[in-house]
Amino acid sequence: MSSLNKTLEIKTSPHIARGVSTDMIMRNVVYALIPVSIFAVYAFGLSALLVLITAVVSCVLTEHLLCVLTHKQSTVGDWSITITGLLFGLTLPPNFPLWMVFFGGVIAVALGKFIFGGLGYNTFNPALVGRAVLQASFPVAITTWHPAFSTDRFSTIASSTLTFPFMEPVYDTVSGATPLSVMKFEHIAAKTSDLFMGLTTGSSGETSALLILLGGAYLVYRKMMNWRIPASIFLSVAILSGILHTINSQYPAPDFMLLSGGLMLGAVFMATDMVASPITPIGVWIYGALIGTMIVVIRVWGGLPEGVMYAILFANAFSPQIDNLIRPRVYGTSSRWSRT
Amino acid sequence: MALSLFSNKTFKHGVHPPETKDATSKMPIRRFPFAPVMIIPLAQHIGAPSVPVVKEGQEVTRGQLIAKATGFVSVPMHAPASGIIRKIGNVPHMSGKMVPGFYLEPFPSSGQEVNEGTPVNPETATPDEIIAGIQNAGIVGLGGAAFPTHVKLKVPEGKTIDTLIINGVECEPYLTTDHRVMLEQGPDIMMGIKYLMRATGAEKTIIGIEANKPDAAEYLNSIIPAGMPVSVKLIPVKYPQGAEKMLITALLGREVPSGGLPIDAHAVVVNVATTAEIGRLLPHGRGIQERVITITGPGVKKKGNYLIPIGTPMRFVLETVGVEDNISEVFLGGPMMGPSISNLDIPIVKGTSGVVVFTDNEAKKRKEKIYPCIKCGACVDACPIFLNPSKLGILAKAEEYDTMVGQYHLMDCFECGSCTYVCPSNIPLVQYFRMSKGIVRKRSVKN
Repeated sequence: MSSLNKTLEIKTSPHIARGVSTDMIMRNVVYALIPVSIFAVYAFGLSALLVLITAVVSCVLTEHLLCVLTHKQSTVGDWSITITGLLFGLTLPPNFPLWMVFFGGVIAVALGKFIFGGLGYNTFNPALVGRAVLQASFPVAITTWHPAFSTDRFSTIASSTLTFPFMEPVYDTVSGATPLSVMKFEHIAAKTSDLFMGLTTGSSGETSALLILLGGAYLVYRKMMNWRIPASIFLSVAILSGILHTINSQYPAPDFMLLSGGLMLGAVFMATDMVASPITPIGVWIYGALIGTMIVVIRVWGGLPEGVMYAILFANAFSPQIDNLIRPRVYGTSSRWSRT
Repeated sequence: MALSLFSNKTFKHGVHPPETKDATSKMPIRRFPFAPVMIIPLAQHIGAPSVPVVKEGQEVTRGQLIAKATGFVSVPMHAPASGIIRKIGNVPHMSGKMVPGFYLEPFPSSGQEVNEGTPVNPETATPDEIIAGIQNAGIVGLGGAAFPTHVKLKVPEGKTIDTLIINGVECEPYLTTDHRVMLEQGPDIMMGIKYLMRATGAEKTIIGIEANKPDAAEYLNSIIPAGMPVSVKLIPVKYPQGAEKMLITALLGREVPSGGLPIDAHAVVVNVATTAEIGRLLPHGRGIQERVITITGPGVKKKGNYLIPIGTPMRFVLETVGVEDNISEVFLGGPMMGPSISNLDIPIVKGTSGVVVFTDNEAKKRKEKIYPCIKCGACVDACPIFLNPSKLGILAKAEEYDTMVGQYHLMDCFECGSCTYVCPSNIPLVQYFRMSKGIVRKRSVKN
């Protein structure tokens, strides 16, 4: 009976936990991105592989160094920065100069995440902050696309990829046009099945809708992603573009809208950044609808062929206010709106 | 048969922790021996403590009144065993404080006959007589709340109760006391319902049971006396369905207004073991001196459901059932809301529904690292009363108590712990809220 004389632990209830931890969620998001990443390398070859590796390395390294510099325990172990790096890399053209990738990665972590206070405090999706800065700084490089499935993709590295730091890239191959720019400027829609399978030109990760949806489905199944966000984006884009297409068939049809460009990757993996999206179910529907509407508006009337990045960043900025305004009705109270 | 009792109605949100009831759910209730010394605190209920009516050194018989109630929100104490009052003074309490109480030394050779009092006739007694009878029996909510049962039954002027709800939910993992009571004390439960319906004027009774206890539901449904408006409902397994508010919503589709009581939703909820106790004690005018407790958890050798005299020291309980060498934590009640104890010299009290012992293995499984809130929304989806625990947690850290109360309904939180249970960042949310509520209450008393 000696064990009864042991000192017992005092814990406050609950004494049990669900057993899902933040690092586990983040790790699973990385798993869900692996098929997309492998397909990107398969479609675009060595250049894409180098871009992805540089993106992840620059983000992880920056976060680690910033933690060291500010005398904090390194936070790379929570895996969230790996997601940022991978997503950031996937939003870039596969032949994007590596030095620019590195620069963007540093910006994404330093200005997109660390300056706000690190994990849990970022207002915007850090990967998109990095990309937005690159879009502003290198407008040509970020809209010059390497065609998918070129025959020498595993034997040669695009000359633009290895551009010497601080130099402008030189493109040696004929650059491919993305389905969105073809649509925007020539009003020709790519085949839906090609878009779905990912056989078109574009950024590394914005090609295979199928693999992105599979990754998303895995996370929803593991209850590690809020399915309402992509659902709301898909619905709003489909409805809006459906209406516009019915009025004037020059406007792209819903299936093209949904499957082209960065919409899939953005809706499934970037808009769902937990920290930068609202927390309540109704708030999340509004947030998704805001993104969907912005995407359609930018794509149809804006000067750019693509608008997913700006749409998400725009909605990120509104998330805290959505949470403030839209609150679920508390049990036993009559009003939806909070009173002070 | 059980299928026809099933209803998929439930409350919204909540969580579903592993039930871990298999180790004891099939174990019949067994009687515990008397401990050599019993410890009986005077305050085993919410409300005014009782006042001793016996002296040090006095011999008492089992069931004899030893402390009387003071006021309406108070209940008396009865001797759990025939013996001698060794000392009236301070006794250890699970809060860590010493509180007024008795030390009782049972006579080893006594027959332990139970004292009889004035019976309450279930057919003829008036509501007030029944309410007085329940108070005189020293009955409190045996589900764990330990609120004097008779207080809930007193219908204030201008209010009505149409439904009596018998709470056989037992949504806390590990606990199987209510399950066994339902299987083994059916006639007592029916008798208790008779008293409760008379006392409250309720038109009908619903016995709410979670779907993991179909045997109990079937059995109780089969023994409902002819003509009694009692029905049994099996509802989906979900925590915290045993909370009064959640059970009322699950069974009646009504909400208890914020800050209100079940009576404001025309219902009263009584735990099933409490009901059985009423049905068993009142016909003899006896007082409560023992209760059924699940002793379980990975650290316990002889797990089971035991009928244990009130006042039995925890050390005696654990010595009797035997514990493993690597025990690390003992808590009273279920793992979601039960407080853990450090001192084994505290006694079993009326509100103790379970004793669960964890070992180093469970302690190791628990993650200690706390991450920042990633706003995943798991807590928002778990909170049964639709609060925003994530936001409340951030506000608690910033000590913004006024905002917590005024804008985020802090005082509606009944501390079920679902938010902490699901939080992937391991943030002690419910712990923050308990503390914040305490601070808010203290401040409002001061002002």
